[in-house]
Amino acid sequence: MIEFRAVTKRFEDGTIAVDELDLTVEAGTITVFVGPSGCGKTTSLRMVNRMIDPTSGTILVDGRDVMTVDPPTLRRGIGYVIQQAGLFPHRTVLDNVATVPLLSGWDKRKARTRAAELLEIVGLDPAFGKRYPAQLSGGQQQRVGVARALAADPPVLLMDEPFSAVDPVVREDLQTELLRLQAELDKTIVFVTHDIDEALKLGERVAVFQTGGHLAQYAKPAELLSAPANDFVASFVGRDRGYRTLTFLHADVPVHPVATAKLGERVTVTGWILVVDDENRPKGWLSGVDGEVEVREQDLVSGGSLYDGTSLRGALDAALSSPSALGVMVDDAGAVSGVVRADDVIQALAKARAAGEVPK
Amino acid sequence: MTWIFENWARFWEVTEVHLRLSVVPVVVGFLLAVPLGWWASRSPTARTILFPLANILFTVPSIALIVITPVLLGVKILDEINVIVPLTIYTVALMVRSVADALSAVPGHVTAAANAMGFRPLRRFLTVDFPLALPVTIAGLRVATVSNISMVSVGALVGLGGYGQLFTEGYQTDHTEKVLAGLIGTVVLAVLADGLLLLAGRLLTPWARAGR
Ligand SMILES: Nc1ncnc2c1ncn2[C@@H]1O[C@H](COP(=O)(O)OP(=O)(O)OP(=O)(O)O)[C@@H](O)[C@H]1O
Ligand SMILES: [Mg+2]
Repeated sequence: MIEFRAVTKRFEDGTIAVDELDLTVEAGTITVFVGPSGCGKTTSLRMVNRMIDPTSGTILVDGRDVMTVDPPTLRRGIGYVIQQAGLFPHRTVLDNVATVPLLSGWDKRKARTRAAELLEIVGLDPAFGKRYPAQLSGGQQQRVGVARALAADPPVLLMDEPFSAVDPVVREDLQTELLRLQAELDKTIVFVTHDIDEALKLGERVAVFQTGGHLAQYAKPAELLSAPANDFVASFVGRDRGYRTLTFLHADVPVHPVATAKLGERVTVTGWILVVDDENRPKGWLSGVDGEVEVREQDLVSGGSLYDGTSLRGALDAALSSPSALGVMVDDAGAVSGVVRADDVIQALAKARAAGEVPK
Repeated sequence: MTWIFENWARFWEVTEVHLRLSVVPVVVGFLLAVPLGWWASRSPTARTILFPLANILFTVPSIALIVITPVLLGVKILDEINVIVPLTIYTVALMVRSVADALSAVPGHVTAAANAMGFRPLRRFLTVDFPLALPVTIAGLRVATVSNISMVSVGALVGLGGYGQLFTEGYQTDHTEKVLAGLIGTVVLAVLADGLLLLAGRLLTPWARAGR
């Protein structure tokens, strides 16, 4: 657990980067600090491992005032990941990952074995261990950065815009990977970003900072969207917040049966028919030919996004992006379990609202 | 060339002296320049003192420095110290800047990451900053070494050994072969020393060529 108690940072030039911050980061959760550039996110983060010391106030990590701990010792117990990864260009990937264990006095063999394990944990081929950082892609370097931060198994992990320098596809991979890792490792993570989507995806709790170092709101993602504390938060979480709210709703949507056919079959099509493969996984839609036809690959219209039964957002998006206006729902194996309709989603939302499930 | 083979013992003797008089200042100067350069890389005050001073020292003609050293240090005129001290000063003057520049060029995110991982200052310097500064530092070292090898010859003007002796003797006795021998010796030594440093640099910094 990390507690900020009335923490203020005023730099020598008079800039107040953080103003009377009161906030508790729960153990074992991902807490995201989000806000526009210059609002004091990095400064707040760096006060936790004493890269910056507060002007006033107290920061406690697991109940211990950080100012009472010698910085190098404190830092070896706190993982830190930054935007450019900050890898040591002159050390191999394996030695980069082994850095903190070696600093903490582990013997070389044990540290390297641990480093190799970590490469696998973050999804990198151990063969990368022999390379230098310059021989990796940006996304791979970022994974090494995460592995390095985790090497000595610190309970706390600080991440400062770790994924903002990679392209959107890789960023999504890394985000998903982080959530998977966190499910296994159960760290106390503070994650800084200025991307509200990333904040809402990763954060169990999100702290929205306002320029001038004020904490504008500290809440669960769903609550930020449905009940922003002020106009600043409302505009920061964005225009689509009504739509985004659906991400956090798991209400039931009626699932309807759907007509399916396989390639090569002869069928009579009226309206739309869903074409599936031998494992009953969706391949695409076939429409509007009258009379009996053979189902051929080249006649298929590709489908929209798939609904996995988790959030209302997924259900609505599946319906809206499907050429037939029917959102395909799939099970864990990817097999078709039915279809959902957009109007059912809207009704489910209204019901959830009436039942008080949408936070106000 | 024939002079060299006919007088091999003599040639070898001046080579040894020449090598000693040029290598000792490089080593000592380098050891002094590293902490000074480190200081200059961190402190603007240090830079405003050290850089102009280094520039001034570098403009003092070497012969003047060699002649004045015994007076300043109170040593005998024929002591090798009289060449070693001035050349050490030149090496420091040349290297301080290289080392400072090289250390300043270490990316901020790398040093920040090192701090964040819990390196203490000395360990960070020895295992992160300095290794990363090596390519530029070695480039500076090569310049200093080659220029020292050529400057040692000036020592002959105050009676010290090295290839410079062959120049003065050859010139006085109108013995071109001897002058030529000194010239060849100087060039070969400079090329060898430079190549050796180049090689050492490559072996010490395999990462510098990674990812190209
Ligand atoms: N060393 C410093 N000296 C003076 N002012 C500083 C210093 N470091 C940061 N600041 C100022 O403090 C404020 C907060 O900076 P900080 O780096 O915490 O912002 P941030 O929220 O991380 O921004 P970004 O999203 O751009 O990274 C800014 O106005 C910045 O200019
Ligand atoms: Mg920042």
